[in-house]
Amino acid sequence: MASVVLSEAEKVYVVHGIQEDLRVDGRGCEDYRCIEVETDVVSNTSGSARVKLGHTDILVGVKAEMGTPKLENPNEGYLEFFVDCSANATPEFEGRGGEELATEIVNTLYRIFSSESTIDVKSLCINPREHCWVLYVDVLLLECGGNLFDAISIAVKAALFNTRIPKVRVLEDEEGSKEIELSDDPYDCIRLNVDNVPCIITLSKIGCRHVVDATLQEEACSLASLLLSVTSRGTFTCMKKLGNGSLDPESIFEMMETGKRVGKTLHASLQKILDKEESLGTTRQKVGFLG
Amino acid sequence: MAAIEVRLPVARKLVVQSLAQGSDKHLVAPGDTITTDTGYMRGHGTYMGDEKLVASVAGAVERVNKLICVKALKTRYNGEVGDIVVGRVTEVQQKRWKVETNARLDSVLLLSSMNLPGGELRRRSAEDELAMRDYLQEGDLISAEVQAVFSDGAVSLHTRSLKYGKLGQGVLVQVSPSLVKRQKTHFHDLPCGASVILGNNGFIWIYPTPEQKNEEAGGFVTDLEPVSLHDREVISRLRNCILALVAQKLMLYDTSIVYCYEASHPHQIKDVLKPEVMQEIVLETRQRLLELEG
Repeated sequence: MASVVLSEAEKVYVVHGIQEDLRVDGRGCEDYRCIEVETDVVSNTSGSARVKLGHTDILVGVKAEMGTPKLENPNEGYLEFFVDCSANATPEFEGRGGEELATEIVNTLYRIFSSESTIDVKSLCINPREHCWVLYVDVLLLECGGNLFDAISIAVKAALFNTRIPKVRVLEDEEGSKEIELSDDPYDCIRLNVDNVPCIITLSKIGCRHVVDATLQEEACSLASLLLSVTSRGTFTCMKKLGNGSLDPESIFEMMETGKRVGKTLHASLQKILDKEESLGTTRQKVGFLG
Repeated sequence: MAAIEVRLPVARKLVVQSLAQGSDKHLVAPGDTITTDTGYMRGHGTYMGDEKLVASVAGAVERVNKLICVKALKTRYNGEVGDIVVGRVTEVQQKRWKVETNARLDSVLLLSSMNLPGGELRRRSAEDELAMRDYLQEGDLISAEVQAVFSDGAVSLHTRSLKYGKLGQGVLVQVSPSLVKRQKTHFHDLPCGASVILGNNGFIWIYPTPEQKNEEAGGFVTDLEPVSLHDREVISRLRNCILALVAQKLMLYDTSIVYCYEASHPHQIKDVLKPEVMQEIVLETRQRLLELEG
């Protein structure tokens, strides 16, 4: 992960500030930086989203392709995740440097989506045991400014919300061979229900308190963090501890409470802005990458 | 209960473009012809190609009598003798430290250019060499002055005065070097209650004003006492104001920072970083600066 080097005095300043609930940029311990979300930025995908959280910039594209269902789940479609850490984000990601981080993020994404209730995979099935929709979710890290996991999960949720899968009909011939017909209308498509898609909240333990949405400087001062994936109803689907330091069980409970609170607020704000963007329709001014 | 703000992106626009410009700047990109008149001397950022003067960096053309140079808008730091810089130690080598100053090459701080405790003058011995890491380690921040520039562009620093040396608690802001205005002094004690060092290399250090001003230890004793909440608020607000000025590409000097700080008073500290609040504060700062000039 990209990191900055700080002097001892700077770390002491950050830690004391957090104890008094005043971080370096004036935020409280439970405040997020300003989040900017834009969907439908990549034209040749089924759905895409771009999220900017301070200096962290994430681009997610979702492509829906036809495939065969997995043997264990013949009546369901599935999701495949891929993360690319671009060398633009930090020189450490040049060549194969970003592979370790990418594998960690992919494994986390598989874990949080492993629960059955997150996304309705049965609706992705076309012909049991023969055809189903496979959603390839590609995440591109454009800039690393701290708090990667949160930004990635917000972008994945927004991209899945934006995904439009074309409607298909299965026709049976007299011989019994099945033919798949795509509808002629390009706007005839099915949307995914993202109400239960969780968002990741990373809580970093700094000193005796924990903060949400840590910047790179704050991550350098924290010894341990807890990664929680929270749904909009406040239920957890996955929990993971990062970092070398240890966490007291009591502080874990406190962090879980904070995560639940913050998670519910985040989901509410995100859904509101996604609905607002949808309602603007064609009148929305696309900002894209040159704004 | 923290409110998490999620918003739709808005295309950026610079505030200063909406105000009347005094004289139109001649902006060039690398490869653009500046002039075909051969009577001019070429300065930084230009080269002679095919009987005409061509720009080698992207920036504004500046002309002083017969000298033409191009001042780049965003560049790495180019050292000049006498500049004050704030740097971070990256390596501890045999008789010197390597300091990162946002330049193309790491700057060098020789052991003989470092001031000793109490300001004593003596030859550096082998014990001093072994004790180098006790004083400056990797990651430490220092303020120093440029002593010389080597032929390859690397900068040699010195901390030969007690006002330079290792920095204690505070906040570092990194901006482009072209936004820091050259002034007589770069160490300011702002009236709002904090002090700031405007490094020519774009590193700006904001720290709480030390109480005893006469006892300048040269940074040998780092004060790790907790800073009061009031000072912290001032420092955080200053940091956000500086980031607002940088986002709108205004020159940074003590007056502009103080005006921006005063303009940000009605807003909460964390709200200063919101795009619309930034534009409002910088517009007000710009108007006050124009009134001051004319």
